[in-house]
Amino acid sequence: MPEVQEAVLCHHCGEECKNEDLIIEDKHFCCVGCKTVFELLQENDLCGYYDLEQHAGVSLKSKNHEGKFDYLQNPDIEAAILDFKSEKLHKVTLFLPAVHCSSCVWLLENFHKIRAGVLHSRLNFIKKELSLTYDPTNVSLKEIVELLATLGYEPLISLENTVAKDQTRTKKSNRLLRQIAVTGFCTGNIMLLSFPEYFKLDLQNDVDAQYQKFFLYLNVILALPVYFYGAADYIKGAWVSLKEVWKRNTTTLSVDIPIALGVTALFIRSLYETLINGAGAYWDSMAGLVFLLLLGKWVQKKTFDYLSFERNYKSYFPLAVEVKNKDHFDYKNVDDLRKGDIIRIHNNELIPADAQLADGKAFIDYSFVTGESEPVSIRNNEVIYAGGRQKGQNIELVVTKEVSKSYLTQLWNQANFKEEKEVANTKLADDFSKYFTYITLAISFLTAIYWAVVNPETAWPAFTAVLMVACPCALTLSMPFTMGTVMGIFGKNKFYVKNQNVIQKLTEIKHIVFDKTGTLTKNNDYRELTYKGESLSEKEQSLFKSLALNSTHPVSKLVASHFDKSEELIFDEISEMEGAGILGYIDSQKVQIGNAHFLGVPQHQLDKEARVYLKIGDTVKGCLKTRPVFREGFEGVIAKLKNSFNLYLLSGDKSTDKAQLSEYLAEDHLHFEQKPEDKLHFIKTLQDSKEPVLMVGDGLNDAGALRQSDLGIALSENTQAFTPASDAILDANKFSELSNFIEFSRKSVNIVKLSFLLSLVYNFICISWAVSGTLSPVVAAIFMPLSSISVVLFAVIITYFSARKSNLLT
Amino acid sequence: MSIIILLVIAALIFAGGFLAAFFWATDDGQFDDTATPAIRILNDDTVEKSKS
Repeated sequence: MPEVQEAVLCHHCGEECKNEDLIIEDKHFCCVGCKTVFELLQENDLCGYYDLEQHAGVSLKSKNHEGKFDYLQNPDIEAAILDFKSEKLHKVTLFLPAVHCSSCVWLLENFHKIRAGVLHSRLNFIKKELSLTYDPTNVSLKEIVELLATLGYEPLISLENTVAKDQTRTKKSNRLLRQIAVTGFCTGNIMLLSFPEYFKLDLQNDVDAQYQKFFLYLNVILALPVYFYGAADYIKGAWVSLKEVWKRNTTTLSVDIPIALGVTALFIRSLYETLINGAGAYWDSMAGLVFLLLLGKWVQKKTFDYLSFERNYKSYFPLAVEVKNKDHFDYKNVDDLRKGDIIRIHNNELIPADAQLADGKAFIDYSFVTGESEPVSIRNNEVIYAGGRQKGQNIELVVTKEVSKSYLTQLWNQANFKEEKEVANTKLADDFSKYFTYITLAISFLTAIYWAVVNPETAWPAFTAVLMVACPCALTLSMPFTMGTVMGIFGKNKFYVKNQNVIQKLTEIKHIVFDKTGTLTKNNDYRELTYKGESLSEKEQSLFKSLALNSTHPVSKLVASHFDKSEELIFDEISEMEGAGILGYIDSQKVQIGNAHFLGVPQHQLDKEARVYLKIGDTVKGCLKTRPVFREGFEGVIAKLKNSFNLYLLSGDKSTDKAQLSEYLAEDHLHFEQKPEDKLHFIKTLQDSKEPVLMVGDGLNDAGALRQSDLGIALSENTQAFTPASDAILDANKFSELSNFIEFSRKSVNIVKLSFLLSLVYNFICISWAVSGTLSPVVAAIFMPLSSISVVLFAVIITYFSARKSNLLT
Repeated sequence: MSIIILLVIAALIFAGGFLAAFFWATDDGQFDDTATPAIRILNDDTVEKSKS
């Protein structure tokens, strides 16, 4: 029987122990990092970490953060990050993207046991934020952050953190919650206190009459906060809209107007009934109405608040950078960088501002900015743009522009980036209410005139009754509840939309623009490699591998990985020509890897898709081709979308993959070598036709286009990781569902329209009662909330039903 | 019978107390994070066990 070797899994992170296998007691570890964490936890008696969840740790392979957090020693930068600062106590909130399970919560909340000086730690699991309180005399922020990084929870500290934390949103939602609470409280009590009235107190009886008065006046008191606090926003909104119409800025009446009209009519009529007639009134109808409306508003505002849709370049840039100060380097907040400052950039660090190379060998990866994956080498005094990432040794640069004026950041300073995208908030409802208001007013006045002639006594009650029941309550409720349900369904399918408007926008799309790398195809690390040429012997393969290993260039790495299984040889002499290739001698045999020009590849061997050529002695053996690996389901989605939309592709890459892509998309819709700015302008030109454009992208280089488009969807392998500012975030694995999402959002808008129709039927019934002047308070109290609730239920149930049919729910 | 009036007022004040409690809870941030406490409650005991 052949021996089956079971893979040894790391006790800490659960990855296979491939290259290393470190053993403590009977536990295996895949790398020094994992082992260190285990030892640290063992020392502090925190091994319960592994009991909660097996292999709970984060893989620590190839993570080195030495010196990375030195900038936290700078008091100015520290102060910018801290939430609270006193002599004996510091408070800080850190974002830890690696948080993923209950073990994380347990370990991080026991952080004070690992490091003395930490007084208290609390984790928000959903937001992945760790709030720490510590004693600065005992432990420094840098030490804490370094320890977190050692444990595998490296905090992401970026410029965005230093911008004063935005508290207004929570305050706003708190105000709405308060309104709901107050209105709910009053509504419940008013309903209860209205019962005696409905059950006909005997008014001839002195005692009963006294009680009736008491209940009525109590209702008035309870209704005051409902009208003046609960409904305040509707009344204000209506007032603003009226003023706009008066000034002739617009002709559309907002949906607030009929609502405010209805609520006000209910309020005044009820006041009149109670104070003048001393009879039962519509207090409970009014309170219930406002309560339901506020609930609808709350549902509408619910978002995935643990996802950020508003990230700009600041989230990507480092917080601080080393700046030369006479003869040594100090850390400085990148916001304070000035023209002429000399900065030092380490391997893999992002360049925060446009700068000129002063010293060192610069090898810049611009994939972040342009999407072009191949790093470029820069000569002295050449300009390096912000957003580039240095690969290799340390370099020194002279800043030529401040951070906010750099080429990349300029994109964000464009006028259209500052203002929010046009809010089509209640567009559908607004369209409806445009006519709704006028029709309601017309009917109520006609009723009043009719009764004034026939029976003047009925004129006033009939007039107010029409205004009361015509309030588009069900209308305004069905929209938020339906869209809220759709949002939840999308969320379950890992398609997170920013707000409800996005769903509606999705139905109006005419053009769809895709980014290539990372969007249609998987990231560059996943490119498929194929060799073309004469077959290579074992020896030749190891020659190429060994030579390639001597270079840090990504293409060399590709070559090395392709011949991964080959033996490694030592070359006698190696020289690398930047941007051309690498050349080596072994046993006086010449081996070359590089571009066509460097190798002098003859015409007939040239290949358009070739990435790199291989040559031994004088013969060109062949070339390596790379093909992008498309996302799963890519073909299906494109085929489906093709029927109803114009599809385009924008790529920052060279046109190497053009042939392959033109199988799927029209060739003149493929655009290569597009800079971020070009992408933005392309979207703009498409929009000139007034047809909405959907942009699907993934990187910062698409950020401009995402923002410019009518609807920007950011694709992400990990939705918790950084995504550029967008209207929706889509999990990359769900890319194949994109057409389904668009389809379903269409259905949902139809459902809303259907429920509008239903609520119109209700309104019609109500108005016929109102016109005839026979709407009693009891009927109003039952019928009005019932109609709203039934419309909402109808919409939500149908939405769930059709989601199941579209396979979005199981 | 006038006791009813007293009762109604007392009930209102009582319910108002809950309203105030709700206000306090929202301002205190008790609804800010509804996910972590659910995990946290499961964790605490194991700490003590491994300590002893």
